[in-house]
Amino acid sequence: MYPRLTLLCLPVVLLALVVSGVLLGSLDLQTALEAGPGILTDLRLSRVLVAVLAGAGLGLAGAMIQGVVRNPLASPDVIGVTTGAGAAATALLLVFPDIAFSWMIPSAISGALLTMALMLWLIRHQGLNPARLVLTGVALSAWLAAITDWLLVSHPFQVNAALVWLTGSLWGRGWDHVAVLLPWFLILVPLTLVMALKLDLLALGDETAEGLGADVRNTRKWALLLSVALAAVSVAVCGAVSFVGLISPHLARLLVGGTHRRLLPATAMIGAVLVLLADILARTLAPPVELPAGVLTSLIGAPYFLFLLTRYRGW
Amino acid sequence: MAYLSIENLTVSYGEKVILKELNLQITEGKITALIGPNGCGKSTLLKTVARILTPKQGKVLLQGEDLHKQDTRRVARQLALLPQAPVTPDGVTIRDLVGYGRAPWGSRWGRLSDDDRQIVQQSLEQVGLEELAELPATDLSGGQRQRAWIAMILAQKTDLVLLDEPTTWLDIAHQIELLKLMRELNQEGKTIVVVLHDLNQACRYCDELVVLKQGALQRQGSPEQVLTQQLVQSVFELDAQIHPDPVAGTPTLVAV
Repeated sequence: MYPRLTLLCLPVVLLALVVSGVLLGSLDLQTALEAGPGILTDLRLSRVLVAVLAGAGLGLAGAMIQGVVRNPLASPDVIGVTTGAGAAATALLLVFPDIAFSWMIPSAISGALLTMALMLWLIRHQGLNPARLVLTGVALSAWLAAITDWLLVSHPFQVNAALVWLTGSLWGRGWDHVAVLLPWFLILVPLTLVMALKLDLLALGDETAEGLGADVRNTRKWALLLSVALAAVSVAVCGAVSFVGLISPHLARLLVGGTHRRLLPATAMIGAVLVLLADILARTLAPPVELPAGVLTSLIGAPYFLFLLTRYRGW
Repeated sequence: MAYLSIENLTVSYGEKVILKELNLQITEGKITALIGPNGCGKSTLLKTVARILTPKQGKVLLQGEDLHKQDTRRVARQLALLPQAPVTPDGVTIRDLVGYGRAPWGSRWGRLSDDDRQIVQQSLEQVGLEELAELPATDLSGGQRQRAWIAMILAQKTDLVLLDEPTTWLDIAHQIELLKLMRELNQEGKTIVVVLHDLNQACRYCDELVVLKQGALQRQGSPEQVLTQQLVQSVFELDAQIHPDPVAGTPTLVAV
């Protein structure tokens, strides 16, 4: 394991993907350039940046939740937070079809926070036991998905946009979305990185962490809040691109180890790489048809989750 | 002024009172063993001193200052705790683990300075783990793992060290090794409070015994003063004889 070297290589991989993301598309490069620079900068570059931000957000959210509950099976989607964000945002999208996009983010965050609160209330007597967390999450997700379906069926005229958004797609994402996302990320990501050492200490158990000077209750509260907010912001802009929050921290841990000072930046970059890769494939596999990126991440992510379940020994 | 002073301390889990109006003084520079039957409140006392638990009433004073009114990080520079079951995280080397001992001193971001790294190296050498330092902590055996945790506490550079049943999961050879290591730390000037189950080990390796029963102080004093037939009978409800240890001369309990 060469954690430092890996940490230096990741940005290179990410940059290479950003460049390919701009150059590749349903139109070949020459035609795209002849049509004017608009296609590359206005359409592709902005969309690539949205993918990078959302992927980083989902990855970080997953790493934070896994750190807080000391459970490698946790992630914003597994515990239902993304479904909650999705349900709230869908409701907004369907009830006020003409609302400005910037409203999606607060609505997704409140949906996610409500879900988290509900989850914590449901497991209040058992603590953050892994199996209970996952099972409660499954039930909660199913319930929230049912609410979302019900909303969709009762608003047939606005269904299309909502459906594409719900599966997790970067279709039609542009500079407006970057502008809305960026301020949130500039606040949330540094706050996340500042928690690195406290998350390290939390991994040693509550008593050891407290003994080493980490305020366990506050650390846990803030890390959960940041994680939920990051997941919600990402989901608000590109829908529920599933399993990125679960897989990215795992890959990062394999590459750079479990120290959060390295793990968090690595997870953010891997999350960005995954979503970007999924989007590039989604655009180029079968043009002009465009697959939602979320379909691709689920196709790969769900089997990986099953694999983790078979190996997990901590029940 | 006593070094560590427990004043009128009452601690409860919900309705259940574990410690009741306990008064106790711990002497600086000594090893004090907390002993007593299961559920007598010895671990609870240790956890309250370490601020894991908040007292319902009363105070814990370290050199005259109330521990429960101080910032967590500041307390972590004065006392270190080895809990009964610390969690060994995945993907962290032994050196990383020992480095966490510097958390209360170093940067809040967790980067270690050259001084910090040197302290980590010394701590690893003192417990004899310097050769294994780059291995994942999860690869260690029980005895090695306990030594790694001790190294972490050494790196924390506190004057007071609290050990909660440090020998529980170890075989007899590793138990003795750990108790000897504890004595070494004490000779370097650390005050140690340790919860032990084995009375003979407590008598042999500790300077003072504190006996608790149902959350109240029964006896405090040197092993010779404390470990008597009557005390074992009244606290543990066990018929026993006390003989001097053939090697060290300290009191040894033999069940009848």
